[in-house]
Amino acid sequence: MAVLRKYLPHLVLALGAVPMLLPFYWMFLTSIRSPSEIFDVSLWPIPQHLDAAQNYARAASQVPMLRFMLNGVIVCGGILIVQVLTAVPAAYALAKLKFPARRLMMTLIIAALCVPMQALALPLFVGLAKTNLLNTYFAMMAPFFLSVFAIFLFHQSFRSYPDEVIEAARMDGFSEMEICWRLVLRGSLPSLAAFAVFSLVAHWNDLYWPMIVVTDTNLAPPPLGMLFFADVESGANYGALMAGAAIITAPMVICFLFARRHFIAGITMTGVK
Amino acid sequence: MTLVDATLAKPEVAARAKRSPADRRKARLGLLFAAPSAILLAAFYIIPIVVLCVFSLTDYQLGALSMRFVGLDNFSKAFSDPVFLRSLWNTVLYAVIVIPFGVLLALGVALLVYNRKKSRAFWEIAYFLPVTATLVAMATVWQFLLHPSLGPVNAAIKAFGLEPVAFLSNPALLIPTMALIGIWQVLGFNMVLFLAGLTAIPKDLHEAARLDGAKHPIDRFLTVTWPMLGPTTLFVVVTTSISAFKVFETVAVLTKGRFGSETLLFELYLEGFEYSNTGYAAALTLLFLVIVLILSIGQMVHMDRKVHY
Repeated sequence: MAVLRKYLPHLVLALGAVPMLLPFYWMFLTSIRSPSEIFDVSLWPIPQHLDAAQNYARAASQVPMLRFMLNGVIVCGGILIVQVLTAVPAAYALAKLKFPARRLMMTLIIAALCVPMQALALPLFVGLAKTNLLNTYFAMMAPFFLSVFAIFLFHQSFRSYPDEVIEAARMDGFSEMEICWRLVLRGSLPSLAAFAVFSLVAHWNDLYWPMIVVTDTNLAPPPLGMLFFADVESGANYGALMAGAAIITAPMVICFLFARRHFIAGITMTGVK
Repeated sequence: MTLVDATLAKPEVAARAKRSPADRRKARLGLLFAAPSAILLAAFYIIPIVVLCVFSLTDYQLGALSMRFVGLDNFSKAFSDPVFLRSLWNTVLYAVIVIPFGVLLALGVALLVYNRKKSRAFWEIAYFLPVTATLVAMATVWQFLLHPSLGPVNAAIKAFGLEPVAFLSNPALLIPTMALIGIWQVLGFNMVLFLAGLTAIPKDLHEAARLDGAKHPIDRFLTVTWPMLGPTTLFVVVTTSISAFKVFETVAVLTKGRFGSETLLFELYLEGFEYSNTGYAAALTLLFLVIVLILSIGQMVHMDRKVHY
């Protein structure tokens, strides 16, 4: 009875973990198995023929898989940089500088937090179509340049920065830019790290907006590329398809395994994905 | 104490004397610092919302040369459009499956994981992994896993002597299958929220409940843990329902809306971006927005409590 009590939670958790991890295991197993073993539904981990090289090569040649990854890096990096550049000064102004319309702006930001991106997609799409900007990196990034969530988060964090330190820095001749970026932001590095994770994961995995503004395969970020790839293969070669899925999933999963705490903090900061 | 006050008072007086130039400088800098965000806020939130509302009252089609004001016709059309009503019903069905399972299973896992000392990190990784993985790629894997003849899931079902389940070809099972993937994805996310909620419960409360006669763990769960988790549970239910109403990727990968399996967001995508019925899609978008806003009221209250202007 005592033994059961001790091991029962582990047993239940292990049984639950099987369906949680099965897709990852199956993806990896199929990606290294020979396509001729496709009818082998066993979960035995050692394939008869190790065809990893062939599958991954096919995934990389059938569609420009590396190009998708590069697009993902460009889009996610561009979005994150602009988000931080715009949100940090705004959050600093809202937290520490009393300017007119401050309350109005804070109210608008909180209201905007509740508006999902998908609700704004239609007018933004029409605007981009009218200005001939569809199928550009700019179109993929622009709607996310302003992160109201980043402003909200940094505002919460900056508010607790001591005013005395800011006053002292002003006396010492620091410019307001220096105070904002060098002092106040430095005190909020955990928030910055968590936000960076949140933003990168959200945009690396986003399908909706790229699917709307991009039809050119060469501009597709990983999820859209995966969709193209799945259509091209249409179930013909599961080995290569799973290799493609593994390539796309790997960066976030590996980062998660190495920086688990930051990842969990970053992703769960908000329920709004 | 008085000594400290006296020394602090001096710069205070000095500051008050030249308060208005310093304050004006702050106000000017504040406006300057907030300007880029304010412009983006107008360009990417306020103007689009206004444009969206205008579109919803017209018969505008992208590329058309003219448009006509049609009043609320788009909205009345929506409620007699069988495809839209079906997408609404599908989304509600999806949410009704995902919310209870996604929340209660996550609570169960969180309660079990919370008391593990050495193995906690391992279980956290195992259950959180689906949250970080790219859903489009993982939905493709699920499609393979659930394949009627090539997938191990049906192989296992057959091994038990049961009939194989046509997860992805029986129209009645499409939404439940997608909901299954939805639960798989949201579980770890909710588990972490519950773990945070559990950490916030003072340990003494459990001890006090034990002394008061709550001998059994289930008694202590009902008298202490569950009531203390109230706010967390509300938050988890709200975020889960919002993300359930935004289901899109699994539909895009598994069915592309075929066999009557379109969800709200996918129907929106088709009307607005595939068929270019901009005016009609704008009306549907507003209906979608209203649903999300109603669901986010709970979240807004939660956020607002943390805000002090």
